[in-house]
Amino acid sequence: MPELNPQNIGLSASGLLLFRGERCLLNHLALRVAPGEGLVLRGPNGTGKTTLLRVLCGLTLPEEGDVHWNGIAIRQQRNEWQRALGWSGHKAGLKSELTVRENLEFAAALAGHRPGDIPAELGLAECLDLPARVLSAGQQRRSSLARVLLGNALVWLLDEPYTNLDTQGQAYLNACLDRHLAAGGIAVIASHGNAHSALGMTEQTLMNGALQ
Amino acid sequence: MWTWFHKLASPPHAYRLASLLQPWLFWLATALMAMGAYGGLFVAPSDYQMGDAFRILYIHAPAAYMSMAIYVIMAVTSAIGMIWRIKLAFAISAASAPLGAWFTALALASGAIWGQPMWGTWWVWDARLTSELILLFLYFGYMGLRAAYDDPNQADRASGIIAIVGVINVPIIKFSVDWWNTLHQPATISKLDNPSITADMLWPLLVMIVAFNLFYGAVLMNRFRCEILNRERNARWLPELL
Amino acid sequence: MIAPVWLLLQREMRQSFRRWSDLISPLVFFVVVATLFPLAISPAADVLRQVGPGVLWVAALLSMLLSMNRLFRDDYEDGSLEQLVLAPQPLVLLVLGKVLAHWLQMVLPLLLLTPAVATAYDLPAEATWVLLLSLLLGTPALSLIGGITAALTVGLRQGAGVLAVLLLPLSIPVLIFGSRATDLAVTGMDTTGPLMLLGAMSILAASLAPFGIAAALRVSLD
Repeated sequence: MPELNPQNIGLSASGLLLFRGERCLLNHLALRVAPGEGLVLRGPNGTGKTTLLRVLCGLTLPEEGDVHWNGIAIRQQRNEWQRALGWSGHKAGLKSELTVRENLEFAAALAGHRPGDIPAELGLAECLDLPARVLSAGQQRRSSLARVLLGNALVWLLDEPYTNLDTQGQAYLNACLDRHLAAGGIAVIASHGNAHSALGMTEQTLMNGALQ
Repeated sequence: MWTWFHKLASPPHAYRLASLLQPWLFWLATALMAMGAYGGLFVAPSDYQMGDAFRILYIHAPAAYMSMAIYVIMAVTSAIGMIWRIKLAFAISAASAPLGAWFTALALASGAIWGQPMWGTWWVWDARLTSELILLFLYFGYMGLRAAYDDPNQADRASGIIAIVGVINVPIIKFSVDWWNTLHQPATISKLDNPSITADMLWPLLVMIVAFNLFYGAVLMNRFRCEILNRERNARWLPELL
Repeated sequence: MIAPVWLLLQREMRQSFRRWSDLISPLVFFVVVATLFPLAISPAADVLRQVGPGVLWVAALLSMLLSMNRLFRDDYEDGSLEQLVLAPQPLVLLVLGKVLAHWLQMVLPLLLLTPAVATAYDLPAEATWVLLLSLLLGTPALSLIGGITAALTVGLRQGAGVLAVLLLPLSIPVLIFGSRATDLAVTGMDTTGPLMLLGAMSILAASLAPFGIAAALRVSLD
């Protein structure tokens, strides 16, 4: 284990290059998010916000460049990185036949910790014991986010988390983000809408494969 | 060594090298093929059992040999591509697949033509031919999987996995088919295991095998260049070169 | 090392027993395919006894092919596959649990049904035992190899067709040894050789295939 350079702590990426067909989605993109910092990715549909998040979490392999966690490329320390990572994607990731509670318990076991209490503010109280297939879109989003919000991941990567949430849900998410960042966590969010995000987060726009 | 390796992995360099090698390989292959064909048709004596029909061996055996060798090349280049993230290795694998399938089809067709006078029918479930047929299916699987993916990077890695799985399976398939065959047809005449092969018969065969290898190399270089052009169509070095 | 396997096994079992109708169709398919052959060839007992081992093995293989297409598809579509791949657990063990669950749900019931179908093909009791044993030893290899091909085709629109082209040639050795072992038992010969080879192939597949499945899933999610 090389000694941790304070400049390296956190999530960073350098030289990310990715084509989808003829289009260059990431053009030698670089970014750095230090502990306690949050980044909101803005930009119209199709600019590659989701792709960038998938590259950051390690699902998509860039053609060139690497994503680093505490200074080491994530593909060289997959296990450490995935222990730090909480990912909520476009798809909810819920098994339709299992209840919300069972889904969350499974997610907790998968992440290697005991399932905690489910706070009332999450707004899932009345559907905890219903199978996930009967949930509304907003409830599904809440359940999917709950997996990250109630876990103990250091890095939250959330793709369009505000979609389908009502104002109360958005406020709760922002409160969670504030608490997470205040505790030294990291968050990267993709959001095309104008739902205003948590206070301490910087906004950047993804355009032509680079952050502006 | 490593700088050479990296230079080779750069598309413009590989493209130039392929263009340079291609005519040499092609003319050498043509010359050796003419020599092997002359040796096989006029120098080698008739077989006392099979008469002149055995002369198709000079097509069948090299084709069968190439069909296996190319599958191994595909698996090895795919593994190199996956381990060191070298896209050109995948390009060789992708460019080789249709060639391998063609050699396999040639081995099957020449085997069937050979079988006609020997067995009185175009197809028997002979162990060698059956293995060759299954190998053709493996090639189809590889090419079908490549074609089904839209994204070339995904196609490279997915087909690379199936090439490696296939190459582990080829000996198992061959063993099982041989075992199956001995249960059913213990009396087929084995073609290549003929111990009475004379030097006059052998040298044209060896020349043909070398010629087929060179021919594969020549066509591969052309296909490899097409793969590079297709993959690098947006690259800056292309207009300079062409 | 067992924990991730067990975790997945538990989830798969719980969830598919709530949708038990999905478990029925491979079984029905198996029986229907086995019914087609006497109708298409001949109902004569000596003919059936001769083709029975091969037909039942092919029927089992096709039934597995049918269910294999679903192995990762639901997880891929609802996004839980992403969660598995990004979980801080060895993916190799998670997919092993997944394949094990699939085998228990889709193949084990098939084995329970086999004696009845074997009776309809007039197989002697001895041969039926060998058939069962050969399926028990050989189908894990098919599940594991099928897992690789299912993982490679999970993201494709025309996945089912490509899956068949990939999987069927790779399953030929298992098919040969499985049906031949039963065949040898019908004629009263020694069957230990092919049965041991089947077991060896399953062990080989169990030690190598999970790595292939894990790599293939990463490609499919790219």
